[in-house]
Amino acid sequence: MSPPPSAMRPMRIIVCIKQVPKAQELQVDPVTQTLKRVGVPSEINPPDANALEIALTLKDRHAAEVVVLSMGPTSFDESLERAVAMGADRSVLLTDRILGGSDTVPTAYALSETIQKIGGYDLILTGEETTDASTGHVGPGIAGHLDLPQITYVSEVQIVDGKVRARRTAEDGTEWWQTDMPSLCTVNFGCNKPRSPTLTGKIRVKRGGVIVHWSCADVGIDPKKVGLLNSPTIVAKVDTIRLPPRAGRMFSGDAKESVRALLDALIRDGVVAP
Amino acid sequence: MERFDAIVVGAGPAGSSAALTLARKGFSTLLVERGRSPGVKGMFGGRIYSWALQDLLPDWAKDCPVERYVVRENMVFLTEDASLGISFDSTKLGQGRAASFTAVRAKFDGWLAKKAQDAGATLVTGIRVDDLWKEDGQVRGVMVAPNDRVGADVVVIAEGATSILTRAAGLKADLEPREVSVGVKETIELPAETIQERFGLGEKEGAAFVFAGQSSLGLRGGGFLYTNQSTISLGLVVSSEDLSRKKVEIQEVQNRFRLHPAVQRWIRGGKVVEYSAHLVPELGAGMMPRLWGDGVLVAGDAAGFLINNGYTFRGVDLAIASGIAAGEAANAARTAGSMRAANLAAYDRFLRASNVLTDLERFRRAPLFMKNERLFDLYPRMLMEIAERLYTVDGSGQQRLVDAVLEQAASADVPKLKMLLDLLQGARSM
Amino acid sequence: MLEDKSHFRGVWVFLEGRAGGLRDVSTQLIGEGRRLADLRGTPLTGILPGHGVDPLAERAIGYGLDRVIVVDDPMLEIYRSRPYAQVMAQLIRRQKPEIVLFGASKNGRDLGGRLHAILETGLAADCVKFDIDAEGNLDMIRPSFGGKSLAHILCKKHRPQMASVRRNVFVAPPHNPDRRGEIVHEQVELSEQDLDAKLLEFDEFTKEGGLRPEEADIVVSGGFGLGDPKNFQLLQDLADRLGGAIAASRKAVDSGWVPKTLQVGQTGMTVRPKLYIAVGISGAVQHLAGMQESDKILVINIDPKAPLFEIADYGIVGDLFEVLPEMIRQLDALKGGGVAGPPALPAEAR
Repeated sequence: MSPPPSAMRPMRIIVCIKQVPKAQELQVDPVTQTLKRVGVPSEINPPDANALEIALTLKDRHAAEVVVLSMGPTSFDESLERAVAMGADRSVLLTDRILGGSDTVPTAYALSETIQKIGGYDLILTGEETTDASTGHVGPGIAGHLDLPQITYVSEVQIVDGKVRARRTAEDGTEWWQTDMPSLCTVNFGCNKPRSPTLTGKIRVKRGGVIVHWSCADVGIDPKKVGLLNSPTIVAKVDTIRLPPRAGRMFSGDAKESVRALLDALIRDGVVAP
Repeated sequence: MERFDAIVVGAGPAGSSAALTLARKGFSTLLVERGRSPGVKGMFGGRIYSWALQDLLPDWAKDCPVERYVVRENMVFLTEDASLGISFDSTKLGQGRAASFTAVRAKFDGWLAKKAQDAGATLVTGIRVDDLWKEDGQVRGVMVAPNDRVGADVVVIAEGATSILTRAAGLKADLEPREVSVGVKETIELPAETIQERFGLGEKEGAAFVFAGQSSLGLRGGGFLYTNQSTISLGLVVSSEDLSRKKVEIQEVQNRFRLHPAVQRWIRGGKVVEYSAHLVPELGAGMMPRLWGDGVLVAGDAAGFLINNGYTFRGVDLAIASGIAAGEAANAARTAGSMRAANLAAYDRFLRASNVLTDLERFRRAPLFMKNERLFDLYPRMLMEIAERLYTVDGSGQQRLVDAVLEQAASADVPKLKMLLDLLQGARSM
Repeated sequence: MLEDKSHFRGVWVFLEGRAGGLRDVSTQLIGEGRRLADLRGTPLTGILPGHGVDPLAERAIGYGLDRVIVVDDPMLEIYRSRPYAQVMAQLIRRQKPEIVLFGASKNGRDLGGRLHAILETGLAADCVKFDIDAEGNLDMIRPSFGGKSLAHILCKKHRPQMASVRRNVFVAPPHNPDRRGEIVHEQVELSEQDLDAKLLEFDEFTKEGGLRPEEADIVVSGGFGLGDPKNFQLLQDLADRLGGAIAASRKAVDSGWVPKTLQVGQTGMTVRPKLYIAVGISGAVQHLAGMQESDKILVINIDPKAPLFEIADYGIVGDLFEVLPEMIRQLDALKGGGVAGPPALPAEAR
């Protein structure tokens, strides 16, 4: 555990992001049945953008350094650049062929090791889940590896008296939690409006030096714990969904006629009580 | 806060030319474009006169994305159901400094911006500069938001026709409807071989057309057609005043234009793949803002540098030349000690040296003349009727040209004196 | 954990308490867990960390468990990630179950995510179906991106095989108060450090607007076509006549018209009501994933080409601002102003 931030040392916030195909542009490759990633417009996974916005808001209010971390191919530089242009201080891309095909276990492990190499962190933020894989496992997995307090499904984070306060959307209500630093929070999709990149930020990116690439060797990640073959889960096969065939009965005419016919049908079919 | 010696707003032909010139002169230069990439937001008819480019980049022809070199000029008068065309071919056309070519803005602007970057300019895209940062009347940089400013000794405004920064700089009042026309363009796909065969062109050769008269449904304006490699640019520039007065949608005007038989014969079988519209500054020298101030210069369409003299459109070459001139002016001011207006006034000198201002002034009456409604309705019809009389051989007695003209003039509802004046005015302004 | 698979035996279900009872998803999972345990010929165990939860353990047996392991500690009174993960990890390492099932509630996902990394084992999220394959592995089936396909996930070497399941994917088994089972109290090492988060405040969601979409038999869902947040009142009026709940598509939520708690779709709720009425929703693939297994689907949209019509049982191409008021009018006329609800169903209908 690192010492709490003092006035001398700014708080270090690490935000884990992933680059995903743009939501409206999602295309499934008909041959491999996996998501098309090449040649498809990409964006920062929207919940991660919400997490980044929370980090940047904290930076607006407190002395803080925001480091953005991602794991993936070098094409992820695009999102890291965008994050810096939005206001993050610097970024790290863990990129290595041997990471290919990792499921959430190696991913959480690899990111945890990288976070430890960055060191001196006070708060780790990430989106609640990704729009492409939608497991929501990696954030909590990192907390498990690093043995940190974890608060998931958070919409707001405050720093009060050197402690983290987070507003969590639980099943039955809203909870306010408090933890010491360092801790980890996963952030709700849509809880805020991520800011746009600034001109100043884009100039910083152009000047260079805002992204650093690390390989597994650079970080000290054990190759035997990452990659497709070292992932506990595999996708054995993919079926096309066989949904129940739908009757597809259309009711036409003016509103009065069509609704009359519709209600008759619904009642006759026992879907709605007479 | 970030700082540069010079900031150029807009990475179109004017902006990139200014940035390239400035970078070469040792200015640390920021080039800011609001589109995702240069050329995405810009629009033009389709042809670039290359003389200014030759000044900027002597080797331009090596890798410039040229669609076709124009070897044939055409002028076509239209009425609802007839057309009269003049076609000019000459081996001397398009030689050396006079060479002109058709282009696609996304490619051309991208190429030119890359040249600016190669020379050392920093290009940032996807950011719209909303305001200038001014202190005591001196422009000190640009401002996107109160906490997002970049400082500079001089700012070159090259934003295009809808420039808001010229107003912010205090150099110009708001655009008035009479100063602005609406330009629309459709890109129509046709295989290169079809284009070459139909237009009688060789492999890298192109044709340019200007349409007058009913092309714009009697609204003041003109049509154009340019051949690209495997597409055709077809469009109109129409008075926005007329559009609102006659309550017509520009799309409707374009549709009717496209469907005219004289146009259809060229584009038949083609598929419209893109549609764009843009404001066009129309009054030339008549509407120019003041071109420089303390720490600021205006170039390209933002300065109203466009010439439409009825038989050709010029914009990109003037933009490039003015961008170069702006760079030269900033350099001269730096040598003179400061970026105050008195020193930046050198801009005027450089613009005259490349004939930008001279040409604009020479044709300053053209826009006013082009507003003469008779040009778009009465005179084309008269021309058609003359031509009809001349070309109708049906045994009822063939007319001589001079008689046809005189008879036509007599039967027109316009006093002969007025027509003579129009003729004189036209001659002087074109 | 990577260890000889033959050491692992038994099917476990993580039981999550709620207001003195069990969460729906926990009881639903006991039913499915029972089926899997029978297929494997092994016992079905519920794990119940908490404080003072013995009565709950007793009740849980009645849904089909053979055994409940209770870990009772004041530190476990409310859910916290670290101590709960500690409990599960220690129990799992000690007793080596082959399969562990979690309800994919907020806490369930919170726990599963942390735990699977600690144990270095596979966790498949949001499964909709399970099978046992020829080699005795748990075949974990979940919608693959977009909901148009089903992916079969296997955890071949690592144990336990873990999976999470969302509410209402399975049906809760009937409760048998006479069922007998074992209740075991286990001790787990917990320290002060495990109490690493402090709950400062809890504001319960009030049940205004009544019925939750996941609980309703009829759902009236609105999309971008509504055009304005105030038009959701129209949906509520219709839902009231039908005894149903309102919901929304992601676009309506993103536009700020309704809270995210009403969102149906891949990143929202999954609902499988008897009747899903989609009003002004075009039918993006991510929305389908949240409702395509509804018994009956009625689509009302002004665009005849809306993709959602492809999975409609009933459809009206028309202006929802005419159709909906007409439906309300006619329903009122049928009932003479009362509420027309879903017909009473025999117990085993679902």
